[in-house]
Amino acid sequence: MKTLLKGNIALCEGAIAAGCKAYFGYPITPQNEVPAHMSRRMVELGRVFIQAESELAAINMVLGASVTGTRAMTSSSSPGISLKQEGISYLCGCELPAVIANIQRGGPGLGNISGSQGDYFQATKGGGHGDYRMIVLAPDSVQEMYDFAFQAFGLAEKYRTPVMILSDGVVGQMMEPTELTTHCEQTLPAESRNWILDGCANRKPRAVKSLMMADGALEQHNWDLKKKYDRIEANEVRCETVNIDDADIILVAFGITARIAKSTARTARSRGLKIGVIRPVTLWPFPTAIIAAAAKPGRKFLVAELNMGQMVEDVKLAVNGQCPVSFIGRPGGGILDDDALLKKIAEL
Amino acid sequence: MKKIFSRPESLTPAPHLYCAGCGHGIIHRLVAESIDELGVREKTIAVAPVGCAVFAYDYFNFDVTEAPHGRPPAVATGIKRVLPDRIVFTYQGDGDIAAIGTAETIHAANRGENITVIFVNNANYGMTGGQMAPTTLIGQKTATTPFGRDAKRDGYPLHLCELLATLKGVAYLERVTVYNPKHIFNAKRAIKKAFQNQIDGKGFSLVEVISQCPVDWGMTPLDSVAWVKDVFIKEFPLGVFKDI
Repeated sequence: MKTLLKGNIALCEGAIAAGCKAYFGYPITPQNEVPAHMSRRMVELGRVFIQAESELAAINMVLGASVTGTRAMTSSSSPGISLKQEGISYLCGCELPAVIANIQRGGPGLGNISGSQGDYFQATKGGGHGDYRMIVLAPDSVQEMYDFAFQAFGLAEKYRTPVMILSDGVVGQMMEPTELTTHCEQTLPAESRNWILDGCANRKPRAVKSLMMADGALEQHNWDLKKKYDRIEANEVRCETVNIDDADIILVAFGITARIAKSTARTARSRGLKIGVIRPVTLWPFPTAIIAAAAKPGRKFLVAELNMGQMVEDVKLAVNGQCPVSFIGRPGGGILDDDALLKKIAEL
Repeated sequence: MKKIFSRPESLTPAPHLYCAGCGHGIIHRLVAESIDELGVREKTIAVAPVGCAVFAYDYFNFDVTEAPHGRPPAVATGIKRVLPDRIVFTYQGDGDIAAIGTAETIHAANRGENITVIFVNNANYGMTGGQMAPTTLIGQKTATTPFGRDAKRDGYPLHLCELLATLKGVAYLERVTVYNPKHIFNAKRAIKKAFQNQIDGKGFSLVEVISQCPVDWGMTPLDSVAWVKDVFIKEFPLGVFKDI
């Protein structure tokens, strides 16, 4: 049975179903439903909710809960996610699982409160300091807000790394029928909990840290992280493709823009235009191989984003000069629609 | 044969890398003795700061994590809220707790988090080479106050215990020092009390330890002890600021 839910609420319920035991947040539009919903639900369930004094404090509370092997998450929107970058870098350095949701709004600076996709670079290229990568999931529906929130905790623990759900104000605020599947709570097997801090009874004391001052220790740590990131790239790429086999033009879009692109492609097909869609679901790891395989001579690519052109750089790297790659975008809270995309397609 | 003195079980045998005459070694020992005596070593999780005590995980023989600069009270909050029966403490310097981490400190205190905070005040940033701290005295020369701290340019020494004493969430605040054996015994009593408070569920307890930093002060260890006694604790009076 489906329930009519707002994206931000579905995100909460997915996390709760996954056994998220602690939520730490701070108010910012357009994600305010998340801390508000969690403040009631987590307390009702006997779990931890804190409205932190800042996004900095919230991400560091997540770090503290994660150190104990407890499933924890935080959420925010673009300006607040900037403040969390310090903590994200430490989570990666300390190899701690965590789930962070970014319900993106327009930027830069304080920007506005409309849905936008301006944080692609920040999420996928590393907004914090140091050589690290973060798994980034981009939901395009309320159902996926629920599903990805649920799945993110398992992914984070599997690789001991933070996972970001890169959503936006449109998906966060819209309402759709959502299937709340009765998931079992996943738990880490005992042998995968050999790093947690819970007191050194019957074992040697442990340290969770990112400072590595011994000669060569930090370089080795970075190489070890690289091996982990390579495993993630090999195993965790997710991508949706729609009618790309015979397509003359392939639209590439993520998140809410992919919903628009799929609609445009349907309209275009009804007018006899052979349009396909590639939708990266994981923005990192990026579906480079899938795009490269689709980059056949004679085809054209059109990348659509609610920004001034960010993911288009990764598409160009994947296409590697085999096909022309064009871009259409609207920054600062502007929304693309069928008409704009069809007009751009006609110009190609 | 009766054993009358040994290294606390809560300290590892690792040699300290602290400078000669530094107070950290003494304070580490007082923390370790307190945890041993309270029988909570196997339940303890410490949060190390950024600063001289960042290597705390090498010296303490219990679980330790490290927080970004200034964030130990937020990290400790996360740990304590999900594991309320563990003993969670932060060990922080003046820059960590009263400059970059002021917000985290005040709000953990104001929430009445049931944690223990050991705050080592040595009036400068020791690890980075002796720059001005929020607790640097007026006129004190540091790497970034070469002409002495000037209130007009640099503001005034920040008195954290006095500031936190106004907050309802705080259970216990005391300022102590470790420049002589009498004061070391008194500091031990305060530190142990701050841990006992956590065991008893009393809430946020903080002990500020006025400590000597001879190398960054450009003094001999003996001169640094005299400066603590004659100058430093005149600006930062010792005593209990809150005890409920």
